[in-house]
Amino acid sequence: MSQLPQAITDGILGGAVYALMAAGLTLIFGVMDIINIAQGILVVLAAYLSYALSVHLHIDPLLGLLITVPAMFAVGAAIEWAFMRRLRGRERTAMSLLVSYAVAVVIEGALYQVFGANDVAIQAPYVNSGVHVLGFDLPYIYLIGAGLAVVAFAAIYLLLYRTTFGRSVRATMQDKVAARLIGINVNRVAAITFGIGVGVTAAGGMVFGATNAFSPNSGYDLISRLLSIVILGGLGSIGGAAAAALFMVTAEEVVNIWQPVWATAVYYAVLVIVLLVRPVGIFGKPEARSS
Amino acid sequence: MIASGLRFGGVAALLALGIVFPLVFTNPAVTSDAIYTLIFVAAASAWNTFSGYSGYISLGHAVFFGSGAYLTGIATLDWGLTGSQVFLLLPLAGLVGAIIAVPFGLIALRVRRHTFVVITIAIFFIFQLMAYNLQSLTGGTSGLLAPTVNFAAATYNNPFYYAALVIAVAAVAVSWLIRRSRFGLQLRAIRDDEDRARGLGVRTMRVKLGAFVISAVPVAMVGGLSWYFTGLIDPSSGFDPLFDVAVALMAFLGGLGTVAGPVLGALIIEPAQQYFQGQVSAGYLFLMLYGALFLVVILVLPRGVIPTAAEQIGKWRDKRREGDGGLAGHRLAAAGAAPDRAKELA
Repeated sequence: MSQLPQAITDGILGGAVYALMAAGLTLIFGVMDIINIAQGILVVLAAYLSYALSVHLHIDPLLGLLITVPAMFAVGAAIEWAFMRRLRGRERTAMSLLVSYAVAVVIEGALYQVFGANDVAIQAPYVNSGVHVLGFDLPYIYLIGAGLAVVAFAAIYLLLYRTTFGRSVRATMQDKVAARLIGINVNRVAAITFGIGVGVTAAGGMVFGATNAFSPNSGYDLISRLLSIVILGGLGSIGGAAAAALFMVTAEEVVNIWQPVWATAVYYAVLVIVLLVRPVGIFGKPEARSS
Repeated sequence: MIASGLRFGGVAALLALGIVFPLVFTNPAVTSDAIYTLIFVAAASAWNTFSGYSGYISLGHAVFFGSGAYLTGIATLDWGLTGSQVFLLLPLAGLVGAIIAVPFGLIALRVRRHTFVVITIAIFFIFQLMAYNLQSLTGGTSGLLAPTVNFAAATYNNPFYYAALVIAVAAVAVSWLIRRSRFGLQLRAIRDDEDRARGLGVRTMRVKLGAFVISAVPVAMVGGLSWYFTGLIDPSSGFDPLFDVAVALMAFLGGLGTVAGPVLGALIIEPAQQYFQGQVSAGYLFLMLYGALFLVVILVLPRGVIPTAAEQIGKWRDKRREGDGGLAGHRLAAAGAAPDRAKELA
C-alpha cells in the first residue's frame, strides 16, 4: 500500500516538469492563437542539446542550461519569424497547426540524421541517486526538475504581471487589433513569446532526457501528452495547464501501479471524458464565435 | 459548354490512362509505386471530402487506415482466406471504418477548430496504443503478416492495382457528387460560418458526422488493401502520424476543398515519395525534404495549385474577352476557386 503515496509523489514531481513544457505551449496559444505541434520534438531537441554538451564537451547538463535556454529561445523566435508570421487569411489557425507539424517533421529528420535512431539518455551524478525522506524515495533529478519548474513559473509570472513587456503580452492576448492600435509592436511580442514558450523546453528537455531514454521518435509521445494537458487545462490558461499537468501525470503514475501497459491511455481517456462534459476544458473560457 | 466538354474529356482520358497503365508499364517496381499512389488518391480525396469541405482539419484519419488494415488482417488470418478472396473483405473494412467513425465523430465534432484537431490526434494515439497492447488480436509490435499470395509473377501487381483504382475512382466520384449536392453546400456553409449555418436550419452535427463517416470508408478500404499488398502491418505503420500529414499535404498542395486538388496532390507527392525513399536509404533525409516541401507549399501556395491556376486562367480570359463581358472566365475561375456558394445560400 506504500506504493500509492509514492506514486502520487512521483506524479507531482514529474508533473511539474510537464507543467513547464505545457505552460510554454499554452502561452504561445494565448498570445498567437497557434498550437505549436513542434513543442514535443523541441523538447527532444533540447534533450539532445544537453546530451551532446555533456557527452562531447563534458558540460554538466544543469550548467548546460545556460547555453540551451538561450539556444531554444532563439529557435522558437526563429520559427515564429520564418513561418508563423507569414500565415494570413481565414485558414490561418489550421495552417499554423500544419506548419508546426511540418517544422516538427523537419527537426525529427535532422535529429535522426545527426544522432541516429537509437535510444540515448543524459547521464549526470544526480540522475540515479536520491534521498529518502519519511519513507519516500525522492530522486535528485525529480527534485531538480520540480525546482526548475517552480523557478521558471515564477519568472514567467513576474515577466507577465510585473513588467511593461508583460503588459504588452497580456494586451495582445486580450485583443490583437486594439494592442496594435495603442502602439504595441505585436510582431515583437509574438516572436519573444514564441521564444519564451520554446525556451522552457530547454529545462523540460534536460529533465526529460535524464529521466527517460529518448530517440527522435519520442516527440510524438510528448506532444500527445502535452496537447492533452493544455486542452484539459483550457487553451491559453497557464494555471490551468499547470494544474492539468500535475493531475494527469499523477493519474498516470497511480494507474501505472495496477496497469503499466495502459497507463498512457489515462491521458487520452481523461481528455475524452472531460470534453464530453465540458468542451472548453476545466479552466477554459467558452470559445468565442469563430471569426 | 466548351469548358465542361474539356473537363469531361480530361476525366475520361485520365480514367482510360488509369485502366491501361499496368498493361503498358509492366515493370513491377513501377506498378507498385502506382498502387501506393492510387491508395493515396483515394485517401486524400476522402480526407478532403470531410476536412476540405467542412473546414474541420482531421489529423486522425490514420485511425481508419489502421483499423481497416487490422480488420482485413485479422479476418484473413482467422478465416484462412487466400488469393483474391481477401479483396472481398475490403467492403467489410470500409464498413468497420464507418462504424468506428460514428463514436469518434460524436466525441470529436462537439468541439471546433484547434480543439477538434487535438482531439483527433488524441484518439489516434488511443488506437495506436490499442494496436500495441491488444497483443492477442493485433500481434503487438511484431504485427500481422499477410499470407503469401500465389498470383502469377508477371501480373502479380495487377489485382492490387485494379482494386486500388476502383476505390480511388469511387472516392473521387463521391467527393464530386457531394460537392455538387445540397449536402456539400451545407458542409461548406459550416466551414464558412457554423453558427450562421445552424441559424439557417442546417443540422450541423448530423451533416458533419455524415461527412466524417463517409470520408472514413475509402480510407479504411485502402488500409486493408495496403496490408495485403505490403504484406505486413504493425502499430507504427498502421497508425502512422505521417499518414495524417501526408493526406493533408496532398489536399493542401492540390487545393483544399476542390475535387481535383487532392488527386493532383497525391499524383505529385506519392510518386516523389516512392522515388526519394528508393534513393535515400535511411529515409531520414527524406523526412526533412517532406517537411520542407510542406512548409514551402503552405507559405508560397497557401490555396493550392488548382485554385491558384484557375484564378490565373480566369484573369487571362477576362482580359481577352473584355469586349463581351468576360463572364465565362469568371465562371471558370469561380468553379475552380471554391467560391463561397455557401455565402450565396446565406
